[in-house]
Amino acid sequence: MLESNKESLKLEAMKRIVQLISKGKNASELFPAVVKNVASKNIELKKLVYVYLVRYAEEQQDLALLSISTFQRALKDPNQFIRASALRVLSSIRVPIIVPIMMLAIKEAATDLSPYVRKTSAHAIQKLYSLDPDQKEQLIEVIEKLLKDKSTLVAGSVVMAFEEVCPDRIDLIHKNYRKLCNLLVDVEEWGQVVIINMLTRYARTQFTTPWKEDAVFDENNEKAFYDSDSEKKKEQTETKAYIMDPDHRLLLRNTKPLLQSRNTAVVMAVAQLYWHLAPKHEVSIVTKSLVRLLRSHREVQFIVLQNIATMSIQRKGMFEPYMKSFYVRSTDATHIKTLKLEILTNLANEANISTILREFQTYVKSQDKAFAAATIQAIGRCATNISEVTDTCLNGLVLLLSNRDETVVAESVVVIKKLLQTQPTQHSDIIKHMAKLFDNITVPMARASILWLMGEYCERVPKIAPDLLRKMAKTFTVEEDIVKLQTVNLAAKLYLTNSKQTKLLTQYILNLGKYDQNYDIRDRTRFIRQLIVPNEKSGALSRYARRILLAAKPAPVLESAFKDRDRFQLGTLSHSLNVKASGYQELSDWPVVAPDPTVRNVEVIEPVKEWASSLGKTKQHKSDDKFYSDEEEKEEEGSDSSGSEDSSSSSSNEESGSESEEESNEESEKTSSDSGKSSSESERSSSESEAEREKKKIKPAVADSDSGESEARTSSSSAESSSESESDSENDSAPQKTDVKAKPKMEVKSKKEVSLLDLDDFSPAPTNTPKPSVISSSLLSDLEGLSLSNTSSTLQITTSSFGPVKTYELLHHMTGKGLSAKYHFPRQPCLYQPRMVAVQVMLTNSSDRSLEEIHIGDRSPASLNIHCFNTIERLEPGASVTVSMGVDFSDSTQAANFQLCTKEDQFSVSIQPAVGELLMPTTMTQPDFCKEQKKLLGMNETSATIAIATANTSSQTISKQVLSVANVGVVPSSNNFHRFAGHTVSSGAMVLVSLELKESSTALLTINTEKSVMASMLLRDLKQALTQA
Amino acid sequence: MIHSLFLINASGDIFLEKHWKSVVSRSVCDYFFEAQERATEPENVPPVISTPHHYLISVLRHRIYFVAVIQSEVPPLFVIEFLHRVVDTFQDYFGVCTEAAIKDNVVVVYELLEEMLDNGFPLATESNILKELIKPPTILRTMVNTITGSTNVGEQLPTGQLSVVPWRRTGVKYTNNEAYFDVVEEIDAIIDKSGSTITAEIQGVIDACVKLTGMPDLTLSFMNPRLLDDVSFHPCVRFKRWEAERILSFIPPDGNFRLLSYHVSSQNLVAIPVYVKHNITFREGSSQGRFDLTLGPKQTMGKAVESVLVSSQLPRGVLNANLNPSQGTYTFDPVTKLLTWDVGKINPQKLPSLKGTMNLQAGASKPDENPTINIQFKIQQMAISGLKVNRLDMYGEKYKPFKGIKYMTKAGKFQVRT
Repeated sequence: MLESNKESLKLEAMKRIVQLISKGKNASELFPAVVKNVASKNIELKKLVYVYLVRYAEEQQDLALLSISTFQRALKDPNQFIRASALRVLSSIRVPIIVPIMMLAIKEAATDLSPYVRKTSAHAIQKLYSLDPDQKEQLIEVIEKLLKDKSTLVAGSVVMAFEEVCPDRIDLIHKNYRKLCNLLVDVEEWGQVVIINMLTRYARTQFTTPWKEDAVFDENNEKAFYDSDSEKKKEQTETKAYIMDPDHRLLLRNTKPLLQSRNTAVVMAVAQLYWHLAPKHEVSIVTKSLVRLLRSHREVQFIVLQNIATMSIQRKGMFEPYMKSFYVRSTDATHIKTLKLEILTNLANEANISTILREFQTYVKSQDKAFAAATIQAIGRCATNISEVTDTCLNGLVLLLSNRDETVVAESVVVIKKLLQTQPTQHSDIIKHMAKLFDNITVPMARASILWLMGEYCERVPKIAPDLLRKMAKTFTVEEDIVKLQTVNLAAKLYLTNSKQTKLLTQYILNLGKYDQNYDIRDRTRFIRQLIVPNEKSGALSRYARRILLAAKPAPVLESAFKDRDRFQLGTLSHSLNVKASGYQELSDWPVVAPDPTVRNVEVIEPVKEWASSLGKTKQHKSDDKFYSDEEEKEEEGSDSSGSEDSSSSSSNEESGSESEEESNEESEKTSSDSGKSSSESERSSSESEAEREKKKIKPAVADSDSGESEARTSSSSAESSSESESDSENDSAPQKTDVKAKPKMEVKSKKEVSLLDLDDFSPAPTNTPKPSVISSSLLSDLEGLSLSNTSSTLQITTSSFGPVKTYELLHHMTGKGLSAKYHFPRQPCLYQPRMVAVQVMLTNSSDRSLEEIHIGDRSPASLNIHCFNTIERLEPGASVTVSMGVDFSDSTQAANFQLCTKEDQFSVSIQPAVGELLMPTTMTQPDFCKEQKKLLGMNETSATIAIATANTSSQTISKQVLSVANVGVVPSSNNFHRFAGHTVSSGAMVLVSLELKESSTALLTINTEKSVMASMLLRDLKQALTQA
Repeated sequence: MIHSLFLINASGDIFLEKHWKSVVSRSVCDYFFEAQERATEPENVPPVISTPHHYLISVLRHRIYFVAVIQSEVPPLFVIEFLHRVVDTFQDYFGVCTEAAIKDNVVVVYELLEEMLDNGFPLATESNILKELIKPPTILRTMVNTITGSTNVGEQLPTGQLSVVPWRRTGVKYTNNEAYFDVVEEIDAIIDKSGSTITAEIQGVIDACVKLTGMPDLTLSFMNPRLLDDVSFHPCVRFKRWEAERILSFIPPDGNFRLLSYHVSSQNLVAIPVYVKHNITFREGSSQGRFDLTLGPKQTMGKAVESVLVSSQLPRGVLNANLNPSQGTYTFDPVTKLLTWDVGKINPQKLPSLKGTMNLQAGASKPDENPTINIQFKIQQMAISGLKVNRLDMYGEKYKPFKGIKYMTKAGKFQVRT
């Protein structure tokens, strides 16, 4: 039929052939006839021929070559899909002769305009590699090229190819790391899994461990597991506080939304990433998602439960709240039941053991006997782990001895044996009971256990043991091997303790054993005989026989079968099988010192390439500006190099950075206010993390920042020169000059956003958007000189005039016995937790003696979530220190009460937040604002008409007044409208403030937010601020 | 990644094989059969099996084992998830995923598998894209094809794969523009002997059927979004919007899809809509047991409990059951010992009950555990968690769509221990 002229007949024939293939039948003799049709016009026919070709080409290499020219032609086709499919089939034909052709095709396709074709070429790389590993070098070049690709379509496939071909070439990833992190959310789900796994390995080699601090806090988890380097860790903890690499943070943050994925593999991948990379206190966010996966198919449950089992050994707390999700249902498959049981056992502690045991009681009665037996073992484990319930468990198990089911009884015997070993005292009645049961038990393991128990504690049951031995002597020949061995043991032990009664019996048994079929038993018999029966040859050993046989044995430790699984990376095949699978790559330990983080800095994205690739160029560009002398530039270069060495966690570099900053500041203008070396270090990290947080918002601005840069420069130079700080590095890349420390990193990062603009969900506003986020500056002293990224003069004035921040009294020095404390809200995101409001507390010692151990004590309500500052060891008289802390006010103005303690005293203090401080500024454009506002009408709107004091009618003063009351962002608006946007810190609810100026100095003040209480309070505050002169 | 795929039916025949790399002999499945033999129940076959050269990862759906052959390290969930996606696709294409359906459409199956994986790495798994590539077989189309000789492979190559919204194809047109959303909640619960709840939780999904012209941009908001504790979205949902405003904003795929699945936070107490009074006893010595079961509604907010189905795995010793249902029908399978009682609707005035005796095997001892009772039910027009959709808005298109929303509560894994 294939020879026929009619397409439909050919198609029919091909379908039959495919049916044959699918059944695994050999259809290779049809090869020549089929290959002829490879150039067919009919797409379905063509596809079926492809299927055939890929299947049999390997066997019929010569004939397969006939088809190659067709594919070569198709590779040049204008239609991208035809190009792609040609490459796909070409690369799937496993014929070594065409390797050069494939190589050529791959190289060509890697530079194809269509991302789809490039994706296909990434797939082809793997195929070619498996066909001919000698091409590795060339393929790596292609991979390197494709890794730079910024299409989400390609990313997953190329990382897959990378993993297959050259997983150890981590250097290829450096420059693409940030791009991959940022693209991750948009990559198709299968690609996500691969990328996440790759990045996990990458991060483990590139960042220092975030677990150092935790090593001190929860040592019970940590020490055992990482004891090899725990000492090292401690040293490090002492020398410096851990500051997470911003890139590390970036990875964690960008993967978090993927926990919501519908693809279970993605969720699992993120979970393992958090498990292996995140600081201990952050890992628990994956719990909920993992528990959700348990609703999925049986097989998914199986894998997820395995992973949870491993996790729950180390960190009980993570899954404890979800304990009930692991309760067993009678419809679960047995292996699922056992896994759940395993997890429940791991989770058991003093508090929940009674619930768990009650649950276990139900399981023991289960019809599934294998499961019932597993439950008994689980009870045994609980009993040894939690000493309070050992007796209860033991009693329960003894009751089970009267169970009718043999497996249950046998299992109980074995478990009881183990339990008794842990506390052999006062349990002779149980041993007696078991001896009585002996006749009814037929399971060899259980019989052996009883015999062992008898032997071990034969002195406690002097009458029963010999009797048992007598019974055994009768049945010795028909017993199982393990029982025989134990019988021999029992005989030997009895012989030593009670030789009068048992001498003959022992000898009888030993004789039986001597001629046993099993060599193990013969061996043992011979050994025992030599050991215990005194004769001339044995000599020294037999004197110690008693000590050898009746030595106190250490109790067995009943531990989880998942104990050692943690050596494998979670979620991998190896972990699931508990065997190293082929191709498994070990997750490396954290490096002690982080490798140079600047390797990730160089950007390769085309539009900004020349700009970002070297800082020198940037400077050239900037040196157009007359403002800076050459000398200064040299200095910049000098400090630049120090910046590049900066490992971001090393404080010394930062110190030097700030020094060079000051130098250059002096150079430019003398007004430079000291950026406060003392506090700069902690601030810096906060601003860095903040910068990252803000990054998404920054996007629109960056696009025009480089075109409008010179303009921005002139207009804002006066403000800028005073004290440049990282506050502008966080908001924009353009005007960085004197600030060198964080520059290389920040600049690159924000530039990258340019290329991501098109992927943004929200259409980027074409207009220039000012950055109200600037207001959340990190350094107070910088507020004065804060410069803005754009030319809007209004805003500049706004910020520069937004001067003294209100400081509140926390503790008066009279009541505080010399210790006084003041606090203010620095209006920056809290670096400890995004839901907290950052509070800076200035502690001053106005007494004449030094105060020691200043720390935060009890808090009320107890649930209040405060991130305390580290204990201040010593505060000299007259000295003062500023510390920052975070308080989660949960969006209410309820005061946070806590105790401020010194070594001797405790003072109850409270922080009363103004409603405006519970907000964080939000960046948005006017259309966005209006859109948001429309969603918050009706109940969510509060408004009032107010009379504005005449002094306040200019737009600058209005902004100033509003900003002084509330930490919101300015939304650029037309003349008579003033708009401000923010969100609450704790719940992230949108708060929109708009002010419409009317004639005769009245204005309509409107606040839209879900939080109506906040709205009315904010309204009151704003009204007050605006009406007063 | 995935090397080969074998489909094995309940009787242990390999009825389909597909290889993406070089051919793996089907003898590799012998290891699978070994494992299958060791497991007593079909469900007990371990999903991951290790063999000397390969690893087998299997999934059991519709009594067919889908066995994937793996050669090197890969996240097992990756494979499992993919296999399930394959099954879902088959079901989507053929309506049912049975051995017969697969055998009848073996060519389509092959074409699908070819498109879904390239060199063992998933390529296109989005059903919208696949449907453009390969049209699902319908009776009408098969008829036309046989007459005209045309094919069921898409003439046009899909555009969706390239666009920013890969889940939606371009140029969708409908004369009636409609968008329906089904909020379906399932209660998972374990009730103990005395009727108190041991564990209960609510899981819900929102399934959508959207037939809208063009590129509509929808937003769906809830009255009480804070109920949703843990959510997972279809990739079309904009996560940032949800994070910030608790609003679902998305460009929907065309046709049926699962928009969202969620878990209701465990702080909220779960209202259990039915109660069971049971009295199942076996007397020592006699070969008879009593069976007495009564169902009743509670906390249903006035809605009727429908499609109630009670099933229970009776102990192995039970030979026969002689029962008398007050309504509905019951069956007892003496081989599997499965008792099912199709109750139908619960009438609160006249509670349904099932009473009678069970005959035990002569000489068999009294079973030590009473059977657990699994219950299925449905309650229309109610989401048990109290979740309510506030409004649905459409942007980006001019026309006015017809919108509909339906609530339903179902029993998930609802077990009563007796």
